[in-house]
This record gives sequence, C-alpha cells and structure tokens, in this order.
Amino acid sequence: MTRDPVRIALVLPDLLGTYGDRGNVMVLAQRLKWRGIDSEAVTVLSSAQEVPESCDVYMIGGGEDVAQVAAVNFLRRGGGLQRAVSRGAPVLGICGGLQVLGTGFVTGDGDEHEGLGLVDAWTEPGAGRAIGEVTEHATLGAVGMLTGFENHLGRTVLGEHAQPLGRVTRGTGNGHDGVEGAVSGHVVCTYLHGPVLARNPQLADLLLEWAIGEPLEPLPDPPELRALRTQRTRLHVRERK
Amino acid sequence: MPDTTGGSAEAPVNSDPAESTALDQRWHVVPGPGIPEPPARRRAGPRTAAAIGAGRMAAWASRRFGFGSGGMIGGRLALTVQPNLLAELVLGRRVVMVTGTNGKTTTTQMVAEALRSQAPAVSNATGANMPDGHVAALIGDREAPFAALEVDELHLGQITGEFEPAVILLLNLSRDQLDRVGEIRTVVTSLRRALEQAPGARVVANADDPNIVQAAADHPRTTWVSGGLRWREDALNCPRCGASIEQDERGPWSCRCGLSRPAPDWTVTETGVFDAAGAHHRLALALPGHVNRVNATFALAAALLLGCGGDAALEHVSRIDQAAGRYGTVRVAGRSVRLLLAKNPASWLEMLELAAGHGRPLVLVVNSREADGYDVSWLWDVEFEVLRGRAVYVAGDRALDLAVRLRYAGVQCWVKSDVDEALVGMPDGVPDVIANYTAFRDVFARRRG
Ligand SMILES: [Zn+2]
Repeated sequence: MTRDPVRIALVLPDLLGTYGDRGNVMVLAQRLKWRGIDSEAVTVLSSAQEVPESCDVYMIGGGEDVAQVAAVNFLRRGGGLQRAVSRGAPVLGICGGLQVLGTGFVTGDGDEHEGLGLVDAWTEPGAGRAIGEVTEHATLGAVGMLTGFENHLGRTVLGEHAQPLGRVTRGTGNGHDGVEGAVSGHVVCTYLHGPVLARNPQLADLLLEWAIGEPLEPLPDPPELRALRTQRTRLHVRERK
Repeated sequence: MPDTTGGSAEAPVNSDPAESTALDQRWHVVPGPGIPEPPARRRAGPRTAAAIGAGRMAAWASRRFGFGSGGMIGGRLALTVQPNLLAELVLGRRVVMVTGTNGKTTTTQMVAEALRSQAPAVSNATGANMPDGHVAALIGDREAPFAALEVDELHLGQITGEFEPAVILLLNLSRDQLDRVGEIRTVVTSLRRALEQAPGARVVANADDPNIVQAAADHPRTTWVSGGLRWREDALNCPRCGASIEQDERGPWSCRCGLSRPAPDWTVTETGVFDAAGAHHRLALALPGHVNRVNATFALAAALLLGCGGDAALEHVSRIDQAAGRYGTVRVAGRSVRLLLAKNPASWLEMLELAAGHGRPLVLVVNSREADGYDVSWLWDVEFEVLRGRAVYVAGDRALDLAVRLRYAGVQCWVKSDVDEALVGMPDGVPDVIANYTAFRDVFARRRG
C-alpha cells in the first residue's frame, strides 16, 4: 500500500508545550508505524509565518495566560488551522489548547479574550486549581473510558453547539455539569494530560481514522498499558468507597 | 552589562585567615571591584544566644530520638525565637548562595570544598535549602569564615532581603514540578528582584541560559559561565519580550529585543575549562559527566572570587565523589549500584547521557509524591529513545507510566515492584539506578556503606 506520509502537526510547542503533551504526537506516529504507515511530524513554532493547512491532524497543548493570548493572535493571523478544520481535519486541543480553540477565555488578570471559536466553549478562572487524576466515560463512539491527569485553573461552560468529551466519574473536569472537554465535529478538546493519547489509545486511533479517512486495523494494547488503565480506575473505586 | 574589562588589577580581597595567600598565577580571575569586608562580628545578644541554644537543643533531640538529621527542626525553632537570626549568623562571614533548577546540591558541596582549601566553611549539605536549613548550617559552626548555602530558586529574594551574600551562583532554570512550582517566568522575575537587593554581591551566572541571563544581565558585577545548554525547550522564546530566540549551533544566541548571550568569562570544554585569559585547565573530577564540569566551574569561579588559589580549590573539588548520595556507589539489596538523581526533563537528559556512556543494566525509578509533583506527563519530554537496546528495569509509584513511555520509545523494559526486585538476578557489574526525588531519597536511606 502506498500513501503519502500522514502529516502530524505540533502547533506552537514553544508557547503551548508545558505539560509533556507533545507526547501525543509521538503516540500517533508510533501507532501508525506499528501498522506500517509512515508519518511526518510538522512542528510549527511561533517564528513561523502560519500554520500549514495541509496537515492531516493537529495537536495543540497548554501554557500560560500570556502564551495563550499570543497563540490566538498567531492562529487567527494565518487562518491555516481554521481552513483545515473546515475540510474536516481532526484537531486535539489540550488544557490551554481547549481555551484557545474555544469561543473565549478570561485570564488571571480579569481580561476577556476571544478564542478561535472552533468549539463552543467559554472558560473563566475557577476558585482553585483542579489537580489530580480524572476518569470519565467518553461520549464518542467506541472510545469508552478515558483516564488522565488534570492541572488547570479554568472552568469551562459548553455552548449548545459543543458536546462534552466525557462524563466525569472522578476529578473536576470542566467544573460544570459533571462533564469534561468539548467536541465539535473533528475538533476534540480536553483538560487531560498524561499525555491523553498515551493513556487512551482508542482516542488516538479515532483521531487517526478521521485523519486518514478510513478504518485502521486494531492493535493489541501492550500489557503495561492495560495494567496502567486498570490501576487508575481501580484507585478510583477504592477512593469512592 | 557586567564589567569584565575593569582596568584595575585589584585582586579579590582575602578574608581571614589567609590574607597572605598569593593568587595562583596560572588562574586568571576577572578583575572586579572586589568584595567588601563583611561586617565585624558582634557579641550575640541574649535573644540570639537563646535562639541558637534552642535550635541546637532541638536538633540534638531530633537526632537523639530518631526524627531525622535534626537540621531543619533546629533551624525552624531558632528562627521562631529570633526571626532576624540569619542576618546575625552571617556577620563576619563570606557567604556563597547557590541557586537554579538543577545541580544546586552538588555545586554547593563543590563550593564548600573549594573554600575549605583555604579556611573552614559551613554548608547545608543535605539539600535543606530554605532559611531554616541555612540557620541550621550556620549554627553548626559559629567560627567558620565561609558559608556555602544552597537556596530554593523562589527564596533567594528572602535571603538578599536579609543580608548581602558575597557571591551568588545562578546555575540554570527549566521546568520542574508541573503542578507545584510557578512558571519559569515567575522564577526569573523573582531572581531579578533578589539580585536588585544585592548590588554589592558578585554574581556568577550561566551565559547559555536565556532565563538566567534575563535574571542577571542588569546586575553590575556578573561573571559569565558557558557550559552549553542541553535542554532548550524552556528557552525557545525570549524571557524578556517573548519573541523566538535565534540559536547558533555553536552556542551564541540572541533575540531581536537585544537580549543575547553575554561573552563568557569561563567556557567549559570536553576535558576542562578555559578561564577569562584563555588558559585551559584540565578538570579531572571524580564526579562524572559534562554536567559536573559545569558545576565545578561555577564552584571554582566562586572560590577564586573569594581569594582561594585555583589549584588548591580544584584539587579539593576533584576529590568529591558523591554529593548527598548523588553519583555515589552504595550497596542496596546486597549489591553495589551507582545512584543518580533525575527529577525533571533537564536533569533526566543529563543522567541518561551519563548512562548512555556504558552498557551496564539500568534501573529507572519514578514516584509522584508531593515532593516529586503529582503529574508525570514530563516523562514524554525526556528522550528515552537513547536507551534502545539496553537492559532497562522500571520501578516506583509510576512504573507503569514509565513503561508505557518506554514502549512508545521502542525501549524494552521489565516492570518490577521495587528496586530490590529489579536488582535480583541482574547480570554482573554496577548498575545505574536513576531515580526521581522521593525514589532517590528512599533508596539512599536504605543503603549500606
Ligand atoms: Zn527578546
């Protein structure tokens, strides 16, 4: 089978790359490689002109307030990401990335900032940082249970055009309505680090299937990954007793 | 900008007791304004004497009844009795403060040893790097004319608010505990303010680290060390204006706002170090790796500024073979292992580089307790790919997270319930145990010999 390498964009890691989330790119690339599919990582730094619209899947991480505002300005200028989204390319926004892709957010100094509006979600600072393990049941197809680590001050309200990524059984999540994350079409946003795709291969494969437009053959979960997922959910059961 | 060309050939002022020691001719010291004599010691007032007595008593009781080494609790109690105790205790001494994300404990020990080539020095050698730890170290020996003190990055300002150290070493800044310590930007601002409060101190700072340069560039008495910067992910954007930093492969970097790498006074090489006059000195250290040549250079720079002879200081530094357990060979579960501490992406990078230089088995231990930070997403910022083809065993609270990371890195590993189980049946040789903070502490506490 010959196909062009799948192009995985890591968007603005110099601004939004504080929490190991570039691991998501490694996970996507490796899961393709295990299936014999080539990929190419495209790193878009803030010194670039714009985000290329020709990539197959986009990853956006989290960072500080100042960096988020700079990221919105950068992404709005070129419009490459918006054009990629309108033709159906999947985007994963983590933490600060969720806020950047949303309709808007309020920074620590109380100022309101417009987001890119790719997902109907509004974020304001909460009373305290939400830090710790999260378990949730995903609303997306066969994704199932999601596990991750949250570390954020923001509390997010979803508008009518967004659906949550999951229903939280452990942790804070968006801090409203017992849900976490935001999904609109192929734009998936979450507060989960871990990185999220390392802990949740089903979500990784869903993004990849959207990216290449066809189903992928399933991969067996390695034993340590099964053990990790079991460990984190069992912990949850014990804590709630 | 720092004065590196001062016409005065004035040598650094020597403190007692070795006023007559001539500067080693082969070591070029950047001429500076010199260091003012520390204020003469006063007789301790009754409150200070009471605080010292209480602190010593608490430290003794804590050791006696097994609550640990006793340093912190003694210092804390003494500070309760006399809140200004720190300023009292440093009177009549030359104090070197050491801060930065990585290498504080090792460099502090190097500074203390280098200074001991000339006169006694106290030090918070166990890494108790808050004011209570400083007080504990200082009341441990009231006579020593030198003190080498490690300080937490966010607490240097508290120190310089109380007294002016003779020398301040700024090693490096990088992301550390993701869920606890403030962002690097906050640390930079805090360090800048700390240095503003100490205009008379001599600063020795890392010229290759843009965050450190932003903190130290406006201090009038800075000496610059260039040792390279392996971990660059926290220095991609300018800490002053936010623009992308232009990085030259050979080391120099600059930003369009004008912030750039200062001309180094000391340049670390693969075998030693060039001083400001261009003379090369071989650094044959017992401690391994480039990272320790950089640490040693900082220590030597501090010692020379305080009037030590270069050769004697280097000889003392070269003999150090472990620092609070770091790099030490210890016996655990009946076999010898080398213990390495790695607590954030930058230090993992350094330690993996050491391990990459040999083929012995490796045990990697990762916890995520409060002192480590609960979030271990940083595992994905570390290039574990360099371990492909090696025998790797993993343990600790987050062994499974690490194992998943290694799976994606193409590194085969075995998950073990603890370090002891990992060591059982391992092939001959001295394995490296690389552990993050609490994991390291636990292994070190159980060691023999
Ligand atoms: Zn700049």
